[in-house]
Amino acid sequence: MAHRDRLNQGEFVLWTGLGIASFIGVWYLSVLLGFVPKQFLPAPHEVLLKFIHLINEPFSGYTLLAHIASSFQRFLYGFLLAVAIGIPLGLLMALSRFANQLITPFFESIRFVAPIAWVPFAALWFGTGIGGPVLVIFMGAFPPVLINTYRGAIHVDKKYLEAARMLGAGKLRLMTEVLFPAAIPSIIAGLRISAGLGWQSLVGAELIVASSGVGYMMVKGQASIQTDIVMSGMIAIGLIGLFIDVLLRQAEKFAVHYREI
Amino acid sequence: MADIVFDSVERSFKQGGKEFLAVGGINLTVKDREFVAIVGPSGCGKTTCMRMVAGLEMPSKGRVLVGGKEVKGPGPDRAVVFQQFALFPWKTVQENIEFGLKSMSMSAEEKRDKTARLISLMGLEGYEQAYPHQLSGGMQQRVAIARAYVLEPEVLLMDEPFGALDAQTRVVMQEELVRLARKNPKTVLFITHAVEEAVYLADRVVVMSRRPGLIREVIDIKPVREKEGWDSHSRIEDVMDLSSFVQLRSQIWKLLREQNLGVDH
Repeated sequence: MAHRDRLNQGEFVLWTGLGIASFIGVWYLSVLLGFVPKQFLPAPHEVLLKFIHLINEPFSGYTLLAHIASSFQRFLYGFLLAVAIGIPLGLLMALSRFANQLITPFFESIRFVAPIAWVPFAALWFGTGIGGPVLVIFMGAFPPVLINTYRGAIHVDKKYLEAARMLGAGKLRLMTEVLFPAAIPSIIAGLRISAGLGWQSLVGAELIVASSGVGYMMVKGQASIQTDIVMSGMIAIGLIGLFIDVLLRQAEKFAVHYREI
Repeated sequence: MADIVFDSVERSFKQGGKEFLAVGGINLTVKDREFVAIVGPSGCGKTTCMRMVAGLEMPSKGRVLVGGKEVKGPGPDRAVVFQQFALFPWKTVQENIEFGLKSMSMSAEEKRDKTARLISLMGLEGYEQAYPHQLSGGMQQRVAIARAYVLEPEVLLMDEPFGALDAQTRVVMQEELVRLARKNPKTVLFITHAVEEAVYLADRVVVMSRRPGLIREVIDIKPVREKEGWDSHSRIEDVMDLSSFVQLRSQIWKLLREQNLGVDH
């Protein structure tokens, strides 16, 4: 019922601007009225200046952009690993009842464990270099890929599977040429959730990283009670997250070039 | 030799804990290169019969044999043209037609030639790179037939293939199928509820009754068709005006009507 009528562009700009302005207004008001000690809540313009400052001046060894680059690399490894394992496994579970029965109990018990809970083990098993953080991101990104691939694939119209089998296709072709293309819309929806969760797990992952990353920068800032640095890190995480989602939304538009008949 | 033999075939389904017989005791032989149509009211189990030949369903009792071998599963030797076409919407016309050839061992050149021949035979030139949703119902049906024919199957199974088409397109497709079938006969099992279609296309028409699905009567069409020279007429309406056609049609209609009354009253 709600949102039936779309806002025109003027209204869109007005209400978005009003939302942002009132957020910043309340922020300023809290600072000016001294609800929170100034050390714990810097003013918006101070955070902005710090953000710009961090782009040029290294903090904890790297500039903000270098921290972002190293975080993004870890994210990409963890996310791509989740995609590379989650999609084939989801398709296999949809095709074979045995595979489904084999994997489901294990998967169902593991997916409710918050990615951050893996941090100690990730560090012990894979070290604090690249392996540990990648495992934590993977734990966040993996479940939505698997679940959405599986759900997309089991809802494929049976007639396509029957047609493919009649035409002599084996299990591998059923997976790659029928289940996969038919499940693409659901898979991409899963990728968007998964990228979000993976990126969110990043700060947790970087708590155990010794030398770089946005999360690491925030932990260092926190240790020295530099809240403007912690907030700059939050802004960077938000912006990159938005960027990843926009990329995947574009991919969604290009991936589905056909219509059901 | 690719004959189809139903040997005391039964098929039952479980529904709400109760078992009910969809097809009960079918004995039928479709001879090599014979065109047999099965007609019957909806729910008489005619589609189930076809699906058991395709290997998409298994008999609960009895056996289905094709070319002397018991059917164990689906395969490209028994190509199916589905009622809902079941074209892959994410593949182009060309890719849909090539799909079955990909699993066969032959040179890439041979595959290309076979595909090109079917595309031209079915009048699909210029649509090779189109996706199914960009085609009309009739064109989609041609792709579905091409996809089955390109495998050069010994047995062709068609489940109300023209049921989803508009009246004019249906007539064109029926005439084309007659030309294809007479020129290059295959063993065909054709499922339909349209009596005219069955009489026009088939060598023999099997009339089924429902619950459980049983063969009510088998009617020979081919001797009449050849004696009266139906195939010298290229248009379906000219054939349908012939008194020999009208007579067979009413005979089958009567059989169907009698059993409907039997069930409903």
